[in-house]
Amino acid sequence: MAKITYIEHTGKSYTIDVKNGLTVMEGAVQNDIPGIDADCGGSMACATCHVYVKEDWFNKVPSKTEGEDDMLDQAYEPKPNSRLSCQLIVSDELDGLIVNLPEKQV
Amino acid sequence: MIKTDVIIIGAGPTGLFCAHQLGVIGLKCEIIDNLDKAGGQCIELYPDKPIYDIPAIPECTGEELTNNLLKQIEPFKFKVHLNQRVEKISKEKSSWKLTTSTKEEFLSPNIVIAGGVGSFEPRKFSVKECEKFENDTVLYSIKDKSIFNGKIVSIFGGGDSALDWAIELSKNSKVILVHRRDEFRGAPSSLDKVKQLEKENKIELFTKYQLSKVSGDKKPELIEIKHDDSTVKSFKTDYLLGFFGLIMQLGPILDWGLNVDKKTIPVNTENFETNQKGIFAIGDICSYPGKLKLILSGFHEGALAARGCFKYARPDEKLKFEFTTTSKSIRERLGKSN
Repeated sequence: MAKITYIEHTGKSYTIDVKNGLTVMEGAVQNDIPGIDADCGGSMACATCHVYVKEDWFNKVPSKTEGEDDMLDQAYEPKPNSRLSCQLIVSDELDGLIVNLPEKQV
Repeated sequence: MIKTDVIIIGAGPTGLFCAHQLGVIGLKCEIIDNLDKAGGQCIELYPDKPIYDIPAIPECTGEELTNNLLKQIEPFKFKVHLNQRVEKISKEKSSWKLTTSTKEEFLSPNIVIAGGVGSFEPRKFSVKECEKFENDTVLYSIKDKSIFNGKIVSIFGGGDSALDWAIELSKNSKVILVHRRDEFRGAPSSLDKVKQLEKENKIELFTKYQLSKVSGDKKPELIEIKHDDSTVKSFKTDYLLGFFGLIMQLGPILDWGLNVDKKTIPVNTENFETNQKGIFAIGDICSYPGKLKLILSGFHEGALAARGCFKYARPDEKLKFEFTTTSKSIRERLGKSN
């Protein structure tokens, strides 16, 4: 279990408990947190679960696999700390993770 | 105005197989899709990637699946209207009238929405000023490359479209290619060519840069790009081309009076009709308890929706259940002589 904080573009934040094994995307979708669309359902085939990972967390989250950067090219305003939240699998180590949501997904 | 028994919106695998099922039961249909070719997500997202879960086909690519489905509906000679999006629908007596983005009109008692996750639209620049130049000097696709002759063209993106157009336009224009990272996802051979052209001073290449500002009144004059380390470069440009891939948007479907829940349309599982009489939804866009977003589920949904369309298209007839193996009338519809 990990406490994960999602901060909307407007600054509004949501902190929820997400079970290990779920993804950061699923944590948001299952808890109706706005701002993460996840159109493809988590198969890395779109870029609508795009988040910015806080700098101090960026090196602690599971690293990118082949293809994620290609999809991020197609995200709205990608930055060096951009990730697809469907690729961030939750574990105890991610307790306290903070992700910022982009202004929009599409 | 084109009149038909059923309009299918979306030429992905689900829409194409639904057309087949309509043909088998003797109905006519017209298929409309926003892309320039049939196949939907299969052709746009994974044309070369193998699919392993089509029943009785151990392995095939998205492109092969699409070609086979097109071949399967060939005998019915249904028309596929490409490059147009259905914008408006309205009730006309017991039929639905549809108007597309190219102003074509259709009239039919049935609409089958096989729209996947929405229609594919190019992803646009996030810099707001780009909107006022869109379709003029800020472009996301190229119709006539001669307009760039002798001009300064800034191309943004790292895929095949960006690389291919950079190479092509460098023949007659000054080309600046900008990408947000060092790696390109386009074909390695194209990238080699771009690097070669860079050495020959025919292409200027900036990586780890993104567009940050566009200024100009009637057309872009000066643009700024910003490096990951915040370094800013600015230069003159006549045209901005963005190739950031496609995004899927439900678009006008949201305005058709349909129940929509989390970008999907709830349907019954008897014939996949929506809350509107004569409008059906199948494939990724529909939702019901237990819904699986698999192509094979879309095939099943299309077969049942086709039967659902029959009662509105042929209100005075009763649909007889038949097998393709033994029915003479189906064989005739398929153009088989015996």
